[in-house]
Amino acid sequence: MIKLTHIWKSFGEQSVLKDISTVFEKGKANLIIGASGSGKTVLLKTIFGLHKADSGDIYYDTTLFSSLNPTEQRLLRQQMGILFQGSALFDFATVEENIRFPMDFLTDWSIEQKRERVDFCLKRVNLSNVQRLYPSELSGGMQKRVGIARAIALNPKYLFCDEPNSGLDPQTAIIIDELIYEITQEYQMTTIINTHDMNSVMAIGDKLIFIYKGEIAWEGTKDEVIYADCATLNDFVFASKLARKVKEMHTIS
Amino acid sequence: MARIVNSMNIQNGIKLIGSYSLLMKRVFVKPEKWRIFWRYFFIELDKLCIQTIPLIMIISLAVGAVLVVQTASNLENPFIPKMYVGYMVRESLVLEFSSTLIALIIAGKVGSNIASELGSMRITEQIDAMEMMGINSAGFLVLPKITAATIFNPLMMLISFICGLIGGWMMVVASGMITVEQYVDGLQYAYTPYFIVYSMVKMAIFSLIITSVSSFYGYFASNGSLGVGRSSTRAIVVCSFLILISNLLITNIML
Repeated sequence: MIKLTHIWKSFGEQSVLKDISTVFEKGKANLIIGASGSGKTVLLKTIFGLHKADSGDIYYDTTLFSSLNPTEQRLLRQQMGILFQGSALFDFATVEENIRFPMDFLTDWSIEQKRERVDFCLKRVNLSNVQRLYPSELSGGMQKRVGIARAIALNPKYLFCDEPNSGLDPQTAIIIDELIYEITQEYQMTTIINTHDMNSVMAIGDKLIFIYKGEIAWEGTKDEVIYADCATLNDFVFASKLARKVKEMHTIS
Repeated sequence: MARIVNSMNIQNGIKLIGSYSLLMKRVFVKPEKWRIFWRYFFIELDKLCIQTIPLIMIISLAVGAVLVVQTASNLENPFIPKMYVGYMVRESLVLEFSSTLIALIIAGKVGSNIASELGSMRITEQIDAMEMMGINSAGFLVLPKITAATIFNPLMMLISFICGLIGGWMMVVASGMITVEQYVDGLQYAYTPYFIVYSMVKMAIFSLIITSVSSFYGYFASNGSLGVGRSSTRAIVVCSFLILISNLLITNIML
């Protein structure tokens, strides 16, 4: 579980996050949604500690992140898996070396144990025979899968995904969403996904947080979103004519 | 107005030095895993040093040859022995060319390579990914570069020096401006081994400047590919400036 209380963040004069308080539950896909520039990525990066909040508290289960010293923060980070928007795979390393990277640094496993774990993670994301390839030799979808494999390499308690299906075709995007969802439930992780993909919202949105101009404008589930009466949310979620018709039909029925 | 601009420049300068010092504080820590450090040390040694040797050899051969022609054509006075050509070539190479000018060439090749590599890693979030894994990205990425170049590049100075002398000899043989005996006599005349030490020390310090400053600019690159290009250019400019300033200081201290 991750709990945020009264998070404020600004860059210079511009206030990006305003009084964000919420709870992300374990074993659920928690989605942060909102238009481009609404503050989603800043919120996600603030949660996992890449940006420091100006004020407010972030609790990882019962641990207050800001109360930890740098060494303790590093130890906590080792329990986090992160999938960056552009996958952020290391150019200088092969797929196997990319997934093995956190194991090389943070574990004392033997090379056989590491190889076994790499094979397991790759199998888990439905990839095979790519161990010796470099990231530049993979398609966008495969890069995302390798990114997920690396994120789950050390069996993290918390998984963060920044726009996991941006730049992917709809079919591959659904596969990636399902994969993240399956992994979340299987390993009972606290997963936070940053997205503006409506397919993701409707498919895996156990919990949705809609950010508008740096504030939480609406909170709910994928089943509640269709009946929501938040105007800014409806403008965002039901932006297309087709989506608006679907909403109207649901509301009437 | 001029005062405000000046004080802002001073402030920026202090900020820059502060950021550089903080980065170096994170770089010069005990590696988390020595086995990984040595692996990347040898990778960087190959990339930054070994792959630069052919360029250094070609330039040094050419400069050695040119020095012979220029010195011989300027020493036409019959009272000055011809062996001074060899002596002056040796002194020019050991005192300035094989350390300072080679360092400026390395700054162009290696400095831009380091800054653009780290800059690209920064803007594609690879450095963030390392940090989020709880890994000291500065130590992992920068320390092998600095140690490899600082340890190996003094040898590069020796390679350049020897190639320069060989280039001079080839020109002597090809042009016949002086005899090979005169050239070799000049090379042996008033030989001071300390100059080699001085030049190697200079090269080690220049290498430290090149790798650390380029890493600094690359590590903090921002604003996409344009930012990477800008950081690469800044790295070379600042490195060249610092090499010239430190050359002056080291020469005053050591000679």
